Amino acid sequence: MKTKIAVAVDDLTVAYNYKPVLWDIDLSIPEGVLMAIVGPNGAGKSTLIKSILGIIDPIAGSVAIYGKPYTKQRDKVAYVPQKGSVDWDFPTTALDVVMMGTYGSLGWIKRPGAKEKKLSLEALEKVGMLAFKNRQISQLSGGQQQRIFLARALVQNAAIYFMDEPFQGVDATTEIAIINILKELRKAGKTVIVVHHDLQTVPEYFDWVTFLNVKHIATGPVKDIFNDDNLTKTYGINYKVAVQQ
Amino acid sequence: MDITQYFTDYTLRTITLGTAVLGAICGMLGSFAVLRKQSLLGDAISHAALPGIAVAFLITGAKDSNVLLLGALVSGLIGVFWIRGITTKTHLKTDTALGLILSLFFGFGMLLLTYIQKQPNANQAGLDKYLFGQAATLVESDVLLMVIVTGISLLVMLLFWKEFKLLLFDKNYAMTLGFNTKFIDGLISFFIVLAIVIGLQTVGVVLMSAMLLAPAAAARQWTNSLSTMVILAAIFGAFSGVFGTAISASQNNLSTGPVIVLVAAIFVIVSFLFSPERGIIFKQIRLIKNRRDLQLKKTLYFMYDIVRDHDDISRPHAIRILNSFQGFTKKTLSKLEEKNWITIQGQNWSMTEDGFETAANLYNNNLPES
Repeated sequence: MKTKIAVAVDDLTVAYNYKPVLWDIDLSIPEGVLMAIVGPNGAGKSTLIKSILGIIDPIAGSVAIYGKPYTKQRDKVAYVPQKGSVDWDFPTTALDVVMMGTYGSLGWIKRPGAKEKKLSLEALEKVGMLAFKNRQISQLSGGQQQRIFLARALVQNAAIYFMDEPFQGVDATTEIAIINILKELRKAGKTVIVVHHDLQTVPEYFDWVTFLNVKHIATGPVKDIFNDDNLTKTYGINYKVAVQQ
Repeated sequence: MDITQYFTDYTLRTITLGTAVLGAICGMLGSFAVLRKQSLLGDAISHAALPGIAVAFLITGAKDSNVLLLGALVSGLIGVFWIRGITTKTHLKTDTALGLILSLFFGFGMLLLTYIQKQPNANQAGLDKYLFGQAATLVESDVLLMVIVTGISLLVMLLFWKEFKLLLFDKNYAMTLGFNTKFIDGLISFFIVLAIVIGLQTVGVVLMSAMLLAPAAAARQWTNSLSTMVILAAIFGAFSGVFGTAISASQNNLSTGPVIVLVAAIFVIVSFLFSPERGIIFKQIRLIKNRRDLQLKKTLYFMYDIVRDHDDISRPHAIRILNSFQGFTKKTLSKLEEKNWITIQGQNWSMTEDGFETAANLYNNNLPES
């Protein structure tokens, strides 16, 4: 059985002022996986996602989403940025932020209407935040803000979801709620790609994993490649030995 | 000057209308500048406009205000592009770029102004009004221009409201949705420059940024909705214009621009002190109230700890047993009774159903209050 390739990255190289952040990345992600991208700080995990999404211009290489360039496939892709990337004191409500997920399909100038509002309320319900719909976003806890971002991506109803550290700074309840939603997405045949920091939970949460440290180290099923060898190659230390100290 | 004269005087009416419209457009667009965290951009742009005015005068040799403002617009926009260029192409941060452009353009503008003043041309006098503004020189055609510019920017803002909001909140996300963020960004910047340029004659290069920021900063205090904030900022700006003009007209020799800015500053001060949610005074009051409330709830929870070991929650307990608990006073007990959480009979207290419920749910504060 041959699965479709959802995301194909070819020779991608990104640099900030002469210093390479991603070096010659080749990566293909099959459809329907729940994949973690792991690597140390500064490994270029967020940068990889951002350059796939066209937020950062790579100096070389190309990206294909289901065989076509990203600009032609925007409706198939949803993005959950890092929570800290926006100002949560912005004067708006939770529902309003989730509605932003509908702006892409609306296009220029057209305003969201009853249909968009209904979709947004459904997404809020899915993440357990319906009761907070009219809350000013600064009055939400970190975990609640993260759920709002997740709801905004759910509204896009995409085939591929990119998430930048969705578990950062959230409590155990929220983490479980989020991972359950991600697993549901995978069951529905979606591809979910998550920048992840907690190595302990990788085997439990994900079925695929990519090791990254400026260069691409390995990609594959967690049960096959999530081992000491790859961890050492990625983190430069024998991870298991280091933990036991 | 008395009130009747104020409403019948044609010149004064023109000036009042002009400053009101100017205040409104500045408040409106200033909201975007503040939320974009580019408060200082306005300052840099207004200073960058000065050499444009001087160059326009040198080329045409006439003091037609529309031509001079066109010059200001061009050099203001050049300033914006340079600031953008510096921040994207070098390691320098935005504040450095703003400071550089501000002083560079302002210095060049002052140089040109002093050069012009040495010219044997009778026309040259009065260009320095663009430094601090001179509302008295406003004529009907100036006000008409302000009204037109305000109308256009209002239209554009309504048209691209969704895009503006998305860009201000989350630019990267806007990019992934396929919006041309450079275009939206440029559109906002262009209208901010436009608002600044039409205000130069009235408020002047030096104080213009206050017109942009003060009403917006004040408005932010009163609301958590972007649309309300923009409307409030426009209202605050317009009132600053009207009051400022009235005050300066009733006192001889007070120049209008600075007075308008001072009135706007009063709006800011009042908002920062008295706005119900974000204001300093109410915040402090809430803090004190919350502390008292917490004290009360701590006592209640201590009682709850005692009560829940018994089957009958209304069983009386001696007040004495509370003494080991720090912070308990007669006053807290009577407050608790007032809230119907406990009842007191002589030396004993007993908990009510209501008090038991409240104490049991005290730490489930993650649920929203409906």
